[in-house]
Amino acid sequence: MLLVFVLAPLVLILGYSFFQRGRFGGVVFNFSFDNFARLIDPLYVNVIMTSVGMGLVVTILALALGYPTALAIVRLSPKWRTIALVAVLLPFWTNFLVRTYAWILLLNNAGWINQALQGMGVIHEPLTMLYTPQAVAIGLLYMYLPLMILPLYSSLASQDAQLVEAATNLGASPWRVFRTVTFPMSIPGVLTGCVFVFVPAMSNFVIPELLGGGKTVLIGNLIRDQFLKARDWPFGAALALVLTLLLIALLVAQQRASKRLTDGPEERKVSSRA
Amino acid sequence: MTIPAVTPVTPVTRSAAPLLDIQGVNHSYGSVAALKDISLSIADNEFFALLGPSGCGKTTLLRSIAGFETPTHGAILLDGVDLTTLPAHKRPVNMMFQSYALFPHMSVEKNVAYGLESEGVPRAESRRRVGEILEIVGLTDMAQRRPAKLSGGQRQRVALARAIVKRPRLLLLDEPLSALDRKVRAEMQLELKRMQHEVGMTFVVVTHDQEEAMSMADRIAVLNQGRVEQLDTPLGLYSRPATRFVASFIGSANLFDGRATTDGIDVPGLGTFAVPSELPSGSSATLVVRPEDVVLVGPSEATMSGIVVDTFFLGGSSTVSIEVPGQEHPINCTVHAANVASYGDRVGLKFDLPRCVVVANPGG
Repeated sequence: MLLVFVLAPLVLILGYSFFQRGRFGGVVFNFSFDNFARLIDPLYVNVIMTSVGMGLVVTILALALGYPTALAIVRLSPKWRTIALVAVLLPFWTNFLVRTYAWILLLNNAGWINQALQGMGVIHEPLTMLYTPQAVAIGLLYMYLPLMILPLYSSLASQDAQLVEAATNLGASPWRVFRTVTFPMSIPGVLTGCVFVFVPAMSNFVIPELLGGGKTVLIGNLIRDQFLKARDWPFGAALALVLTLLLIALLVAQQRASKRLTDGPEERKVSSRA
Repeated sequence: MTIPAVTPVTPVTRSAAPLLDIQGVNHSYGSVAALKDISLSIADNEFFALLGPSGCGKTTLLRSIAGFETPTHGAILLDGVDLTTLPAHKRPVNMMFQSYALFPHMSVEKNVAYGLESEGVPRAESRRRVGEILEIVGLTDMAQRRPAKLSGGQRQRVALARAIVKRPRLLLLDEPLSALDRKVRAEMQLELKRMQHEVGMTFVVVTHDQEEAMSMADRIAVLNQGRVEQLDTPLGLYSRPATRFVASFIGSANLFDGRATTDGIDVPGLGTFAVPSELPSGSSATLVVRPEDVVLVGPSEATMSGIVVDTFFLGGSSTVSIEVPGQEHPINCTVHAANVASYGDRVGLKFDLPRCVVVANPGG
């Protein structure tokens, strides 16, 4: 059952990506590599680069904000911990379009932020914040931050508290304890969080449209347009395939890095010989 | 090992003063008192044990010395320096954790070197000292392994190596052997004792296992409900228990509750025994008789008689349980030959009174 739901769409995408677009849309079952050749077109390479760049920026910001947050939540008392986790999750349970429109209200030229800043006399002309790449980044960051915080939280919360005590007892200052014990042991959580944020951030197509005004085109927009506007399903499938492969590569890398952390380099030599 | 420069509370000369001096330490978790006015001192090079049932406060006391708990009152002096004024990472005291708390992401070598690196010991020296310590604990071949690839006994050695590599004046060991199986535990008891002599360090070990404490420690503090019940050598605790709790907790004992008299104790149903004590006449008291101080004798010498209800053969000796009329529990007696008595026999017995002790009976 699981196989049908997971594999069938992938096989379809893989299949379609080798066919060609019909004159009026639809698919002509003509085997070719044309779709992949088109991917190298500077136009599309550019979109992919922008997407990767946007994904990286959002991921780094999410990590910078999410790590201290997760660490703070772990150190709360059990009661406040639950409250904090619910607060992190709360936006997930409200409609995503409503939340995105809320950002439009905040960011636009006559929006609340501009009004407040003008009211305080900090600025005289409204700042252009909406329909910029920065607005897209803020929207994506806001949207996917919980996906960073949750894996970090679960990784940090499952750490043995005695390890921190052991390091302290051996004379390590709080900063050294963090640098040599707490952080290295949370790397699997960091990597999971990064993959969870990076992949959806670079393939989201609603936020670039609403907050970026369609000026920032990410790979998600491109794929959506191929299927719904250009009606070029085979090329859309090729683009989607690139995205899927990227995701798989990242997950494999994350698994390996996590495994290396507990098993050590020695283990890898053994398995590669076998 | 450098002792951080803190003004000593009282000027002391090293040779006369104890290494560790615990003065009136109290600790409570909320309204629950975990430590009640603990005072004890530990000499240099001593193997000291804190023994007691779970929840007696022994671990809290150990964690207070290490700096993971802050006592509500009292001082803990190491060489005259009050440790309670230092944060945990600046105390010249190392600890071996019950779970070992080895860093899973570091090799054995890195684990052991961690304390030296924290202290800023140069790389070459750190490498040399780690090598030496791994040699002592016999783990030189395992230096590059991760803790996950070691056996329980090996992990215990790594934990010990990591704790002693900084040559602390004082080493704290929290239930050091509880995670090992019985056979390995006996070996490690001997090894710990040998190690303590070899490195010349003061060991403070927390344990709930009286055999472990008795076989390793020079002196033992028996803790119960946050108080020190008695502080003595293993032999002293066994032969001269100061309280009813110590008598029942250390080794096995026949306890007979009664009333103190001017020159002994009166046990209802058994008679009066001339065992002197400091207790005021008429107060509730308990006569403590070790099984080996119960002697099977002929009818002419016997002060009481009973029926054998059970015998346990223990190899070199046997324990015989004798039901004496009027006594709730059968009296246990250790005999050094098999077939002295068997089930259903009527035997005469007497107590070796000079070896018996009378203690107060707070529950009576």
